[in-house]
Amino acid sequence: MEPSTSASVRRASPVGDNLFEWAGSIMGPADSVYEGGKFLLEMKFPPDYPFKPPQILFKTRIYHCNINSQGMVCLDILQDQWTPALNVGKVLLSLTCLLQSCNPNDPLVGSIAAQYLNDKEKHDHTARLWTKRYAR
Amino acid sequence: MAGTDQQLKYPLPVLCVERFFSCSLLSFPTLWWVGVVMCDIEDVYEESSEGEEDVEEDELRFSSDEETKSTSAGAVCRQPPSYHSLSADTISKKMFDIVDEVNVVFQLPTPYVRLLLIACKWDKEKLLERYYAGDQEVLFREAHVVPQRRQQSQTDSTTLQVRTQSTAACGAAALPGQEFICDICMLAYIFDAMCGLECGHYFCQECWDSYLKVMVMCEGRSQSIQCPASHCSIVVDEATVLRLLRKPEVRKKYQLLITSSFVQDHPHLRWCPAPGCSHAVLCTNADLQPVVCECGHSFCFKCCEEPHEPVLCNYLTRWKKKCDDDSETSNWIHVNTKECPKCRATIEKNGGCNHMVCSTCRCEYCWVCLGPWAPHGASWYNCNRYNEKESKDARNLQAQSRAALDRYLFYCNRYMNHMKSLQMEHKLYEMAHSKMQELQAMNVSWIEAQFVKKAVDVLCQCRQVLMYSYCFAFYLKKNNHTFIFEDNQGDLEMATECLSEYLERDITEDTLSNMKTMVQDKTKYCEMRCRAVLEHVYEGYDNDFWEFTE
Repeated sequence: MEPSTSASVRRASPVGDNLFEWAGSIMGPADSVYEGGKFLLEMKFPPDYPFKPPQILFKTRIYHCNINSQGMVCLDILQDQWTPALNVGKVLLSLTCLLQSCNPNDPLVGSIAAQYLNDKEKHDHTARLWTKRYAR
Repeated sequence: MAGTDQQLKYPLPVLCVERFFSCSLLSFPTLWWVGVVMCDIEDVYEESSEGEEDVEEDELRFSSDEETKSTSAGAVCRQPPSYHSLSADTISKKMFDIVDEVNVVFQLPTPYVRLLLIACKWDKEKLLERYYAGDQEVLFREAHVVPQRRQQSQTDSTTLQVRTQSTAACGAAALPGQEFICDICMLAYIFDAMCGLECGHYFCQECWDSYLKVMVMCEGRSQSIQCPASHCSIVVDEATVLRLLRKPEVRKKYQLLITSSFVQDHPHLRWCPAPGCSHAVLCTNADLQPVVCECGHSFCFKCCEEPHEPVLCNYLTRWKKKCDDDSETSNWIHVNTKECPKCRATIEKNGGCNHMVCSTCRCEYCWVCLGPWAPHGASWYNCNRYNEKESKDARNLQAQSRAALDRYLFYCNRYMNHMKSLQMEHKLYEMAHSKMQELQAMNVSWIEAQFVKKAVDVLCQCRQVLMYSYCFAFYLKKNNHTFIFEDNQGDLEMATECLSEYLERDITEDTLSNMKTMVQDKTKYCEMRCRAVLEHVYEGYDNDFWEFTE
């Protein structure tokens, strides 16, 4: 399903005067276990941006096999697949896609990925619970 | 003169041994070691009577010719590896030569041919075969020269010219003279000032320069730099990179990286591992036998370690790991500890009585006999139950695990001994040098005094072979051939130690001629024995009679 492109779903803007540190947020995609949640992000840009990828941290706790408890995200375009033609908008879109469909075959948190593959019901339940508890 | 007399006599007996050796090697493969081990140079000389000598001499010349041909390579029965070393300049020349050779057939722009060759790991034949086998489009795609959805006709040589602005394949309505937004910096430029590859993604020159600079300087990439557009896998070719990069130091680094990745990709090229050496060695039939770089460093072409005949590369790696991991520790454990008879935990006794309580499994036992403690009662400081069955069993188990350790330590100690002796190599050469000067002071000509250096060369070579023969032997399963190997090894070891001892002796004017003969004899003998060990091992590799433990 194509994620909504509405501006209210994904936001990002600089924190104060520093152009290299941004704060952003994405809404949990509809029809996903994160629906209704609002996830805050911290974005740090290296001095040679856009030739190096930005660093992105989830400030809101989330139960997701590609995002760990420190909020670090495992996403190819934020690492070796980064290209200078990408921008903040495309990164936020990719993150929304990641929430829509996680990648349990290349996990950052092994236990969550294993649960996703073996006991999806329980996984979904915990993810909904966490969204309700931390992201509202 | 006594000295010359000796020398005239001398070559014959040695050749006799060689002949004896090579004949028996050919005709009785399992017996030759017995003969050679027992036969001494003097014996053979005395056995050959005056009358037979002429006849033998002819045969000898024949066999010695054969010998000398292969001596230079180190082993007789094997084809020596053919190789030569290349300097940094000749490496890039070599690269362009290969490209040109292919291009005679293809007639494509050079950068594309290079990318195609990289995709085929610089295998010309493979590329030609694939190019004409009909799957050209797949080939071009694999080499990341043209985009995925591209018409076959456009991959033809005429359209593969370096891009002009006439084809804007990205579908934008951009035309010469129009304004166009660079996807990286989001600034508008006149289309003519933008650059792009076959894929049709265009960016401004400023961004291209920064992008390539980051790729080259930070990531150290050369062959694998892709178009900056997302999900575009087209590789930026060398000519374009050099055209777009502005800073000379970045260009220089890029050219270095190109050469280095050529050496890495090419299956028959290796950098010389010597520190500070910028040569590469080209070798097409790599084997266990070492190659020698122009800088004088010799190494195994397969694993780039120092020469390690006769052991195979993978067993050497395992051996080194094992040595790094446990040799010192296991030595200490061996001397200072015992194992708990129940849980096998290693225990050190640092005082107190013989009544031991294992801290892991709470098993109570006697330190002396390793039997259970209960029957010992209150005899804390002496044990008189050494022969009870339970204590015997416990000790047997312990003995087994210690035996494995003992075996390892046996090989490891010998390996280490030779290694330590080898590390004294520079001292040996210093000693040889001073000895040669002494000799020259005794009116021996420079060329005659060279036998000392030759002896040291052979000594070092023998030590190296011996050293690695122990790690070869450690992984070997016992069979008839290992007995032969061990005898060969033992004989070489004896001869090597003997030669080493001769070299330590002082040479005076009285003993000079005698010593010289002795040293030369031993040198020759060691050289032969060393070859015999290696030949036998190689024969085993060829005929598959070595079995290795896992």
